[in-house]
Amino acid sequence: MTLSTPAPAPARTGVAARVLVTIFFGAQLATPWLVRRFSPAAQAPTATVDRQTALNRYGFYLEEVAHASGVDFVHQPPLLDQKLAAIMPEVTSMGAAVSIVDFDRDGWPDIYVTNSAIGSKNHLYRNNHDGSFTDVAEQMGIADVNQSGAGVSMGAVWGDFDNDGYDDLYLIKWGRPELFHNDQGHGFTRVTEQAGLPPWINANTAVWFDYDGDGKLDLFVGGYYPESLDLWHLPNTRVMPESFEYAKNGGRKYLFHNLGKGHFEEVSAKVGIDSHRWALAAAAADLRGTGHPDLFIANDYGVSELYLNDGKHFREAGAETGIGFAPKSGMNASFGDIFNQGKFDIYVSNISEEGVLIQGNNLWVPQDGSSLKYDNLARDLGVELGGWSFGAQFGDLNNDGNLDLYLENGYISLDRKRSYWYDFAKVAGGNSSIIGDAVNWPAFNGRSLSGYQQKHVWLNDGAGKFNDVAQAVGVTDTYDGRSVVLADLWNRGVLDVVAANQGGPLLIYRNTVSGDKDWIEFALEGTKSNRSAIGATLTLFWGRKQQVQTVSGGNGFASENDRRVHFGLGKNPSLEKLVIRWPSGFIQTLNDLVPNRLYNVKEPS
Amino acid sequence: MNPQPAMAHEPVTPTSGTPLSPSFGNRMFAALGSPFVPPIFITLILLVGNLSYGILESYWKTLLAIATSVLAEMMLGRIFLRKWPHPASAYITGISVGILLRSPAFWPYALCSLLSITSKYALRFRGRHIWNPSNFGICAMLFLAAQSVASLSIQWGNNFGSLAVIWVLGSVILWRARRFHISLTYVASFIALSFLRSWVTGDPWQSEISPITGPMYQLFIFFMITDPKTTVRSRTGQCIVAFSIAFAELLLRLDSCVFAPLYALFWVGPAALFIEMFIDSRRARNAVPSAFANPQIVRS
Repeated sequence: MTLSTPAPAPARTGVAARVLVTIFFGAQLATPWLVRRFSPAAQAPTATVDRQTALNRYGFYLEEVAHASGVDFVHQPPLLDQKLAAIMPEVTSMGAAVSIVDFDRDGWPDIYVTNSAIGSKNHLYRNNHDGSFTDVAEQMGIADVNQSGAGVSMGAVWGDFDNDGYDDLYLIKWGRPELFHNDQGHGFTRVTEQAGLPPWINANTAVWFDYDGDGKLDLFVGGYYPESLDLWHLPNTRVMPESFEYAKNGGRKYLFHNLGKGHFEEVSAKVGIDSHRWALAAAAADLRGTGHPDLFIANDYGVSELYLNDGKHFREAGAETGIGFAPKSGMNASFGDIFNQGKFDIYVSNISEEGVLIQGNNLWVPQDGSSLKYDNLARDLGVELGGWSFGAQFGDLNNDGNLDLYLENGYISLDRKRSYWYDFAKVAGGNSSIIGDAVNWPAFNGRSLSGYQQKHVWLNDGAGKFNDVAQAVGVTDTYDGRSVVLADLWNRGVLDVVAANQGGPLLIYRNTVSGDKDWIEFALEGTKSNRSAIGATLTLFWGRKQQVQTVSGGNGFASENDRRVHFGLGKNPSLEKLVIRWPSGFIQTLNDLVPNRLYNVKEPS
Repeated sequence: MNPQPAMAHEPVTPTSGTPLSPSFGNRMFAALGSPFVPPIFITLILLVGNLSYGILESYWKTLLAIATSVLAEMMLGRIFLRKWPHPASAYITGISVGILLRSPAFWPYALCSLLSITSKYALRFRGRHIWNPSNFGICAMLFLAAQSVASLSIQWGNNFGSLAVIWVLGSVILWRARRFHISLTYVASFIALSFLRSWVTGDPWQSEISPITGPMYQLFIFFMITDPKTTVRSRTGQCIVAFSIAFAELLLRLDSCVFAPLYALFWVGPAALFIEMFIDSRRARNAVPSAFANPQIVRS
């Protein structure tokens, strides 16, 4: 065998061949430019336009109104043990989170936002029905929850665990987890000990769902740092992941089975959930139409996990379904039926930094067929590159009948001119003995790491493409976005956006949708099912479309959307029916629906 | 990445000069000099890495890189050589692209393989291609398509077990091919210069050593810098070039260049070849008058 380099060809052939190969080579070198020139990202509008132009072109416009609404919240990041001082910006890069709850059942969504410095306070913004909000967290007893020795908040999820009609609060923390019982909307009572929760979890995600269909909400909590670590009193600096793609030295997972009367039993091992990956986001939905909610976990430093639920046990099927093959940096878990075909797609955010690391976000779309297999179509649909991505939510922002996608991003925004990427990549590719010890990491020294990134608002054209219109529709902030939620804050039939930024302000984007599009919303209340109706799937049929959505007890990144389900319908819709599959298994069909109304639906008993 | 790894081209001769006995061990040792060893070795790295840790973006992308590379080699070889080239070299290029290039898209794998192979035919000087093909292809993609690709940087299990196997096997193969000194010089230089970088930057020395403990460097050390077609001929020269690559990498790293080793080879490799060719031509020119001055030498 020879592997020799080609010898020079005879003269005439050589000249012709050389000309040909030079042209061929030049064309190859030009290809990346051509790809870039004609990519969807290159064609995305980069300038803001006036409101009317945005309405005409895209059908909606977002206007930031937090201050005008009386919300002047600025997140304070945590400050951990000084042994980690050199890389403090990196290890304290999370904690800004927002969730939507109607805690007083007045029919208007309220906003709960977490803070993360010791001594800082969380805020509960009560909706005043007039476009403004008032912080009532102190008065309700859920403000001062970031005390020394008890850890700090990383997020919040709401669910009516005792079926009394009022949503209760589980506070996701690095520290002592907290469960607060909602006392008829007049205040909250801490019930952590009675519930039987462990003394310490370093978590960034939790989900309320009724995994066994007994009508009582159970609680999944995904650990990030190991629960053995008190991040304010570390014995040493070995707190980092053992690998940036295969780490299994993170926190454990918990599944708290609701026994009733405010008591929970931890059953994760018993039901087959055993993972020490670094979970950052989780969400539950009935992905297979079995009537049992499956659990999806997006892990940092590794593959995602998909736990298929048979009602009693879970089976991890990430690899077999295709979503658990390529390790990335999962930071979001959202479900959305983007093709209007009655199936949930899954959006997972990861890291993309031009010229350094191109993981690409994942849009897992189920294949046709009986077995559950997913293809990643993020690139094909144009929602792949989102910078250092965090929380994302599906929602029909312009009421055209197709689910759009809102993505938060930006990791650490410090000195604009100096980047930590080189040092990050230098260490992250090395051996676990080096990576795993924070003392081996170069000091941040005020540098940025994928900071000041522009958000993405991807508009679904209904024909298989998403187009980024963020700048054009008014989303121009470049804060370090973490969690984002969608809610019809002012009961107008449109989805507004609330974004929590790490070390930055809480932003409220008020949505204005062009008036020619219709919508419909549903607020569900379970009877045999859990009263929050978490896990119910709603399939709306109109025209030739169908779209499935689920009532969620936590999704995205450390967030929870408005539990009312919103459908955009487009122009002059011909509504056919809504089919609700309640968590109890009962299937209810609603006919004679009228657009532009909110329906309160109680599960037939 | 090296489409023609050193060990594939060197004559299979025992380094000690002692004839081999026909024992099983010696037959195995002799087999390590086979030209089939590099493709098998890199395939082994790929399979072990992927089955253990799922290192590949996908099998399909790697297969695309391999297929493109082999097809391009066949096509261009047919045009230039008027015969079908052996596919092993292109296979190694393709598999290297499949491992080292990271992109969620398919097209960069095909394009990188095409660029790698075509560069062998398009970028030639005095009958030699002057860039290591896959090094050229990957660097070109990083320069031109940064929005779509990165190179392997965060990957593999980050434990020493799998790396140790690769190091031992790779070292034996390189030793057998008499190119181990290149890798050894580079590794020693890298480690020494890591401490220098640590002293200059004030960063922990562990962070400076860290890259060489990762998987990209194993491919770089065993397949790229030992490429016989794009390295100089003399043993001393090879060591100097290996040190120069490490030194260029030092400078790039001090400038916070993420893909410093690839870029260092990209610049130093061709420069070394040009210098060698310049020296060769000087010697040839000097040799001609000497020959005329002393006809006996010509006759001999």
